[in-house]
Amino acid sequence: MDNLIMLAFSAFIIENIILSQFLGICPFLGVSTKRSSALGMGMAVIFVMLISSSVTWLLYKYVLEAFDITYMRTIVFILVIASLVQMVETFLKKVSPPLYKALGIYLPLITTNCAVLGVAILNISKEHNFLEMLVYTTFIGLGFLFVMYIFSMLREKLDFAPVPKAFKGAPIALVIAAILAIIFSRFGGII
Amino acid sequence: MNNKENFFKGIIKENPLFVSLLGMCPSLAVTTSLENAIGMTLGVFFVLVLSNFIISLIMSNSKLADLVKPVRIPVYIVVIATLVTIVEMVMHAYLPSLYFSLGVFIPLIVVNCIILGRAEAFASSNKPLDSVIDGVGMALGYGLAIMTISIFREFLGNGTLTVWGDLQVNLTFIFDFLKIEPIAMFVQPVGAFLTFGLILATITAIANNHKNKLAKKVANNG
Repeated sequence: MDNLIMLAFSAFIIENIILSQFLGICPFLGVSTKRSSALGMGMAVIFVMLISSSVTWLLYKYVLEAFDITYMRTIVFILVIASLVQMVETFLKKVSPPLYKALGIYLPLITTNCAVLGVAILNISKEHNFLEMLVYTTFIGLGFLFVMYIFSMLREKLDFAPVPKAFKGAPIALVIAAILAIIFSRFGGII
Repeated sequence: MNNKENFFKGIIKENPLFVSLLGMCPSLAVTTSLENAIGMTLGVFFVLVLSNFIISLIMSNSKLADLVKPVRIPVYIVVIATLVTIVEMVMHAYLPSLYFSLGVFIPLIVVNCIILGRAEAFASSNKPLDSVIDGVGMALGYGLAIMTISIFREFLGNGTLTVWGDLQVNLTFIFDFLKIEPIAMFVQPVGAFLTFGLILATITAIANNHKNKLAKKVANNG
């Protein structure tokens, strides 16, 4: 149990997926201009990440390893994720229109989001068991949502700040991300 | 567009990293040393050039193109993922230290937006030779960009520049001369965001300056 709490905490804060592992930078910069869209994107990522990590973990353990074809990992994972995102989109459209309305536009963007494939591969290379995989993925996803949300609030304020002309847009966003990264890396001292 | 323009557009005018902001994740993560950046460039170069070539071969055959068109994105992904797997296996076998220091970012070349982006925007509608030239230019542009970031980060953070293996330039005497320590922050995640942000701002400033000058020239002539 202690192990799981530790794993959850380090996935959430210390090994934060955006600020210390640099996965999912594209949505971090692209979809973080408004609070509502940051929230939507974060939710969609958690949702897809959980489903795709579970499926790829099971596939890896019971198909790829069983048949000794682990070198097919990259090809299998990306195809599974791409088709899963499609399936989730169609499924949501039919079953839960309100949820589809909230997450729908972010789903196609997720296929090429390196966070989803990255976490699927990390779960394999860190040799997590199924429970650890679920905890790790959930908290990595929550960490993504958390940082996206903080960052979108900062960017909303930034719209009214007198930013030098050369820094407008991406450069100032990156400098702010650097300051956030300092704060998050200091949390490492807690454990 | 002639071959020369086609080649150089990837390096300066349409630089995938500094101008289009594509492929950000690896450019922040693997730029802790020049050696890692060079390794990443080699990987991206191999995958981008070959995927551009193969995809434009498929798409320039009219029969095959009609067949592939409705499912073209999955087809691109399979081509790219196969090439990435080749890179992964070759690196694991011959450059194990590089393989472990790049880690998860080698398989993640699959989802690097530059490669899928070039496949869709260029290779699918151009001849194989043009696509190869485009791929070489884009890969070099990306490589130069991440090498620039990594030179700043490794020098400021560590005081060295590692080109390849034991070939290392030690520049700590500059820090000794100034009586300061290397700033370790620059090889940590913080430094990645900061360096990238400052380089981008510098480039924007230079570009703005250039634009103003051009506008003045036009105004004077008019």
